Amino acid sequence: MDFGFTIAAYAVAAVLFILSLGGLSNQESAKRAVWYGIVGMAIAVLATMIGPGQGLWGASVVLIALGAAVGYQLATRVQMTQMPELVAIMHSLVGLAAVFVGFNADIELGRVATAFIGEGLPFPRPEEVSVEGAAFAKTFTGFAAIVAKKTAVEVNILRVELMLGIWIGAVTFTGSVIAYGKLAGRVDSAAIQLPGGHMLNAAAAAGSLLFAALYLGGAGSWTLVLLTLLALFIGYHLIMGIGGADMPVVVSMLNSYSGWAAAAIGFSLGNDLLIVVGALVGSSGAILSYIMCKAMNRSFISVILGGFGGTGGPTQEVSGEMIAIEAEGVAAALNDADSVIIVPGYGMAVAQAQQAVSELVRKLRAQGKEVRFGIHPVAGRLPGHMNVLLAEAKVPYDIVLEMDEINDDFPETDVSIVIGSNDIVNPAAQDDPNSPIAGMPVLEVWKAKQVFVSKRGQGTGYSGIENPLFFKENTRMFYGDAKASLDKLLPLID
Amino acid sequence: MKIGTPKEVFEGEARVAMTPDSAKQLQKLGYDCAIEAGAGAAAGFSDAAYKEAGVEVIKGAAPLWKAVDIVAKVRPPSDTEAKRLREGQTLISFFYPAANEKLMELAKSKGATTIAMDMVPRISRAQKMDALSSMANIAGYRAVIEAGNNFGRFFTGQVTAAGKVPPAKVLVVGAGVAGLAAIGTSTSLGAITYAFDVRPEVAEQIESMGAEFVFLEFEEDQADGATTGGYAAPSSPEFREKQLEKFRELAPEMDIVITTALIPNRDAPILWTKDMVEAMKPGSVIVDLAAERGGNCELTVPDEKIVTDNGVTIVGYTDFPSRMAAQSSTLYSTNIRHMMTDLTPEKDGTVNHDMEDDVIRGATVTYQKEITFPPPPPKIQAIAVQPKEKPKELTPEEKRAQELAAFKEQTKRQVGLLAIGTVAVLAVGLVAPASFMQHFIVFVLSVFIGFQVIWGVAHSLHTPLMAVTNAISSIIILGALIQIGSSSLLITVLAALGVLMASVNIFGGFLVTRRMLAMFQKS
Repeated sequence: MDFGFTIAAYAVAAVLFILSLGGLSNQESAKRAVWYGIVGMAIAVLATMIGPGQGLWGASVVLIALGAAVGYQLATRVQMTQMPELVAIMHSLVGLAAVFVGFNADIELGRVATAFIGEGLPFPRPEEVSVEGAAFAKTFTGFAAIVAKKTAVEVNILRVELMLGIWIGAVTFTGSVIAYGKLAGRVDSAAIQLPGGHMLNAAAAAGSLLFAALYLGGAGSWTLVLLTLLALFIGYHLIMGIGGADMPVVVSMLNSYSGWAAAAIGFSLGNDLLIVVGALVGSSGAILSYIMCKAMNRSFISVILGGFGGTGGPTQEVSGEMIAIEAEGVAAALNDADSVIIVPGYGMAVAQAQQAVSELVRKLRAQGKEVRFGIHPVAGRLPGHMNVLLAEAKVPYDIVLEMDEINDDFPETDVSIVIGSNDIVNPAAQDDPNSPIAGMPVLEVWKAKQVFVSKRGQGTGYSGIENPLFFKENTRMFYGDAKASLDKLLPLID
Repeated sequence: MKIGTPKEVFEGEARVAMTPDSAKQLQKLGYDCAIEAGAGAAAGFSDAAYKEAGVEVIKGAAPLWKAVDIVAKVRPPSDTEAKRLREGQTLISFFYPAANEKLMELAKSKGATTIAMDMVPRISRAQKMDALSSMANIAGYRAVIEAGNNFGRFFTGQVTAAGKVPPAKVLVVGAGVAGLAAIGTSTSLGAITYAFDVRPEVAEQIESMGAEFVFLEFEEDQADGATTGGYAAPSSPEFREKQLEKFRELAPEMDIVITTALIPNRDAPILWTKDMVEAMKPGSVIVDLAAERGGNCELTVPDEKIVTDNGVTIVGYTDFPSRMAAQSSTLYSTNIRHMMTDLTPEKDGTVNHDMEDDVIRGATVTYQKEITFPPPPPKIQAIAVQPKEKPKELTPEEKRAQELAAFKEQTKRQVGLLAIGTVAVLAVGLVAPASFMQHFIVFVLSVFIGFQVIWGVAHSLHTPLMAVTNAISSIIILGALIQIGSSSLLITVLAALGVLMASVNIFGGFLVTRRMLAMFQKS
């Protein structure tokens, strides 16, 4: 089969991928959209394998089958609460693959150059190509054949492209591994930086630029290796310096990076499908990061640089007292209520309380009460994390609403229940201009007639910001592990 | 430690500072409880009920005072009682330290710690032990009941076969805790209720209870109630005149007047003068809740009920809470229990008298042989009513102008971005060879499509979006597949690893996405 067929197949695959992303605009079409993605991927892989320049058919099939087995295990075993970890670790694989493919391109380039010089022919290809040169270039197959036809400018562009691919891939790799570690609790989730902080990152970036220049100047592959090492360090150090609460941004940012890495590799290989998909994934991740940042009212830069932005003075004193309540009190209020809004957060995921929440909702709805969920865009550790958890627990998605859809309804709500969330329901974001989260859009749970907060203890939570909600007169604290508390509560609802 | 309650010695006092219920709660804090035999009888709690709750019943006051470490009672101690205090003992009761200096001296000389329930600061954290409020609430309720008892007619208006009955008109002066309770009781009995207070900010509360706020047209900057701990401040003579004038106008219409106006540390202001009483209809009733401090009505005789020459009954009782002893004992004992909870942070049955705590510091009048009254002002201000600024309503024209400006701004930004983008692409095109530009066009268009498509993705599907983009970003497998056939072994090995990792991702990503999407169900 020749190139024409492969490219046609790529065009089909590209359309299928676009449809697959576009289909995620609602829950029903999404189920169809995944199939578009799967078919697109199958077409792309098959077309490549039967296309020109592919050898080792058998080995490829075996490797893919092996990968499929591992992927199947991962996908079926993973708990829905561990979804952020899984996504993070999968990003790291894409990053690492990009590094490998990039290095291969460099090695191939070197090999072709050596071969040409061995034959006494000029490389890169001069403007006026000699007959021998053209004939010799034809002896190469696959990627090498493309390389052999390149002119000096094109070779330099190729080098820039593969450097970018390797650099972004390497940052994605270590960044994702650290993000995985933080999400899985294997690495301390607090923001940690080596002495020197961002200066260290800046130095590493400057070093990368230096090696990039050397590499372009023809200094050899060792510069590329050093560049990779620096990129690996940047990925590690950058993500170490970002706190656990900012993980939704980090994960979507890494998602974006893995896309850009693929696109850069696509450029260097001259493969349009790689470019298309890489660009799609890259922009998707970028938009997600933007949405997450906006939901926290923080700039992307300040998230990446870690820690919360500077504040302009002392925060307001919180006065009053947290008043605790037992399950009986919560049950009595819920039995009396007509409308209930539940605001889940990461605490629900940690306690694996989604089934208990779902059961509570089922019981309350059976009594004819209006029960809805309010989901903040950055609740949890992954964009849309809460939605997936609730869906897993069989909570119907049409009662799970976004912040903007539900915020106006709190004043008419009898009871709002906050389960394991903190900053996203913090009234200080609106009231206190000096609060570190001032201006962040929050769910206005305190406007409900009564608020119950299920929380493990009296601490301030991840971000260390005092939450005046807990001291409000209509707030009662329902202390304890979210799942244990709900299990105590369930039998009391009649 | 042991906490005990003696029988109240003040004549006619029926309340008791410990109930069987509160005793159970105190035991949970680690305390032993004791009570003088017969202490709860007047409030309806028998000795047997106490015993059942695990309370030791001690015969006689003296043995009780001797046996316990903490004495909880209602009224300030009598001289005899105060003499029984000993070093290290804690007394919790109403104390009125400003009026009882001698008593305070005595308690100090005995070395006892004294906590005055009437000195609990009025901050929201301390509401649960604010005995003045809980007693005032009862007094307000009881005042209406007492008025009804002495009033010859219905509260509510009725049209019966035997004739039409007009509703009673009730005026409540002073809308503090007692006043609001009186308003609530009176409206729920069906009377037309009016209420007055010098603090304009309580108008909202009055109306929320169902009464009509008697509006006084007077321009004066009223001291914010919050700065005086939620109490009214004395008003200027002009204001007072205006106020009396209004009352004079209302007096002939009103059937029942309940006055609750008190100013801290002062005699009650006279608000209902003799001529107003004379202007009232025969059979009308005045209940003066301020009788203990001289009364708001000029004719009030404390502790007595009198009938004036024109047939108006004036009730000047000062023991309304005691008249509902069962209810007031329950509430008061709960206030005491909350105070003990704050004094026992460890729940280990020993008092930790923390003088750094605003509430405990405020309520303590003698401590370690020192008089600690008056307390420093609390660090936290009470019930701060902050003036609200209303956002300005925009006229339709202004709104339209704003929308137009926003639209223009948006257009400007979009055109600007497009221009910058175009220039950037052109700049790249100037230097890059055509073979690169072919791919570059694909790239730019893909990014554009990506931006268009992704904005439409539902928020709730962001996690599946990440999983699916993750799966398709493994398209990098194509690169590895092309390279795997290379004649160089190193390239083949690296490419093989790339194929393996990317295929893990492809299958893992798609499968997990399918798993997630299958879970989303409509109700």
